[in-house]
Amino acid sequence: MSTAASTALQTLQTELEISLAEAIQNSTIAFKELTIEILPVDLLRVAKTLRDKHSFEILIDLCGVDYLTYGKSEWDSDVSSFSRGVTRKNDGLFDFDKSSATVEYDGKRYAVVTHLLSIKNNNRLRLKVFCEDNDMPTVDSLDSIWNGVNWFEREAFDLYGILFSNHPDLRRILTDYGFVGHPFRKDFPLEGQVEMRYDEQSERVIYEPVSIESRVAVPRVIRPSEKAESKASEAKD
Amino acid sequence: MPEIRNFTLNFGPAHPAAHGVLRLVLEMDGEVIQRADPHIGLLHRGTEKLAESKIYNQSIGYMDRLDYVSMMCNEHGYVLALEKMMGIEAPIRAQYIRVMFDEITRILNHLLWIGAHALDVGAMTMFLYAFREREDLMDVYEAVSGARLHATYYRPGGVYRDLPDTMPMFEKSRWHSEAEVRRLNKNRGGTVLDFIEDFTTRFPKYVDEYETLLTDNRIWKQRLVDIGIVSPERALQLGLTGAMLRGSGVEWDLRKKQPYEVYDKINFDIPVGTNGDSYDRYLVRVEEMRQSNIIIKQCVDWLKKNPGPVILDDNKVAPPPRTAMKSDMEALIHHFKLATEGYCLPEGEAYAAIEHPKGEFGCYIVSDGANKPYRLKIRAPGFAHMSAMDELTKGHMLADVVTIIGTMDIVFGEVDR
Repeated sequence: MSTAASTALQTLQTELEISLAEAIQNSTIAFKELTIEILPVDLLRVAKTLRDKHSFEILIDLCGVDYLTYGKSEWDSDVSSFSRGVTRKNDGLFDFDKSSATVEYDGKRYAVVTHLLSIKNNNRLRLKVFCEDNDMPTVDSLDSIWNGVNWFEREAFDLYGILFSNHPDLRRILTDYGFVGHPFRKDFPLEGQVEMRYDEQSERVIYEPVSIESRVAVPRVIRPSEKAESKASEAKD
Repeated sequence: MPEIRNFTLNFGPAHPAAHGVLRLVLEMDGEVIQRADPHIGLLHRGTEKLAESKIYNQSIGYMDRLDYVSMMCNEHGYVLALEKMMGIEAPIRAQYIRVMFDEITRILNHLLWIGAHALDVGAMTMFLYAFREREDLMDVYEAVSGARLHATYYRPGGVYRDLPDTMPMFEKSRWHSEAEVRRLNKNRGGTVLDFIEDFTTRFPKYVDEYETLLTDNRIWKQRLVDIGIVSPERALQLGLTGAMLRGSGVEWDLRKKQPYEVYDKINFDIPVGTNGDSYDRYLVRVEEMRQSNIIIKQCVDWLKKNPGPVILDDNKVAPPPRTAMKSDMEALIHHFKLATEGYCLPEGEAYAAIEHPKGEFGCYIVSDGANKPYRLKIRAPGFAHMSAMDELTKGHMLADVVTIIGTMDIVFGEVDR
């Protein structure tokens, strides 16, 4: 990207800081993209301003993010020796019989991330909202501002259990009829809870607890990037 | 007088015109649609969740399987997001190869679309014509990647390998006689680039053929004109992108407006419609095929003249060549690390989008510094288009639903992910 484009991004950042001043919790430019973080209470007002004053006509994408295991690795890369196999820790996470609310997590767990596009000004913006309540994450629906968001919000509800107040039709969208749980939450196992098969004796399709065991072929490992390392060593010197 | 009530009609999920696994619950007043409620998710595989448990490079293959008729374009969106976060850029030759294959993929996609769309509306022959040309392009896919459909050809930092010097030929068999083999191999004597160049000279004539069948066809026009009209304002509100937006007269194409790779060095035009109906979108897509052909031609010319590396020489991202691995221990270690652990992305989040044949395809990656994505969100254009179904079909006849599904160019691999 040229320098002209990056100055355009900075101009947008200052413009937003002026028009939305108190609403913006945090605004950053990273990877040549502008992200602003706001509180759920301000969402509708900010969205309206962004659409009408800053001409973000299109809502490109809306998705949920679950920050439950953010920054946790399965393999400690600092110790000198480690075992080869890794079994996924059960951590007492989501259990089919219990509600997922038993998971302890301090801090706000769910975020709703919206990507906006302005055709008039040819720029993009990422809008981030952290839900206040981890047990019942709720934000306002953007349906009245951008009609196209309807299904994106249904998807975020289906996969993460994030509730959108005043949504016209908040139903599950991607999972099966009668599905239990929110599959993209980090405490939902990758292999799922139940498996389905045809039972010859009862002559119908039955659901049973999954029989496959989860196996981690490549452990998740966090290594600081070389750039970050060199920066840290510079700071030490 | 007896009470007259609307009745509900179930359409799909195994209806041939439902393009895969769409289930539509239609509320009808006689033959007029009052409300359409699409039930999607019958092809949901949880691609995004699966990607969270895999190292970055292993998910490239999953991208092919999203929109399974424009494979390499999906890879492109994903690979661009990775490159953005790593702060790397593919070598110039790789960029030209990617642009060329993006456009080949666009033609592949539009050919399937025009075939299926015409078939739904009642023109059988189009399907046969379109698949004849798709065959040539899929042979090109096979020549570079070994697979006709799911190529897994793009890599962060370039493409998997350079274009081969020979085009695979047909051999005499039970199914192909000697004379037939000679005919089939006529344009396969040279390199892959020669074959593609030969295709670009033939292709405009084929598009003319399609147009003589459809553009002024009375039945085609009766079925498409004024069906599924979207005004530019509504198109923006509904989040439509690609040909769905351009058909309504909004001149928006990421290849021009936010150019990635070498699109800013290539000459081509962006067709736009005026009425925003199905017929305009048909015209836009047909013209896009012609423009893609022009882009491919320019890429072939450049690629013929400029040899060079096709993947970065950075062994932290791209594995060293196989020959080096046999003799150099350093190279072997690099390969081992990449194959077993992969590379870590810096902490942060990024979104990269490309102009996919269907609209804006984007990947949003959240990384916490690990060798696997913390969250990968795929922005599929078809998902937004599908959500506009209710508004587009309202007030139309049942038969028009089929036209509208066709004009939206729906593929369920990407809608359901």
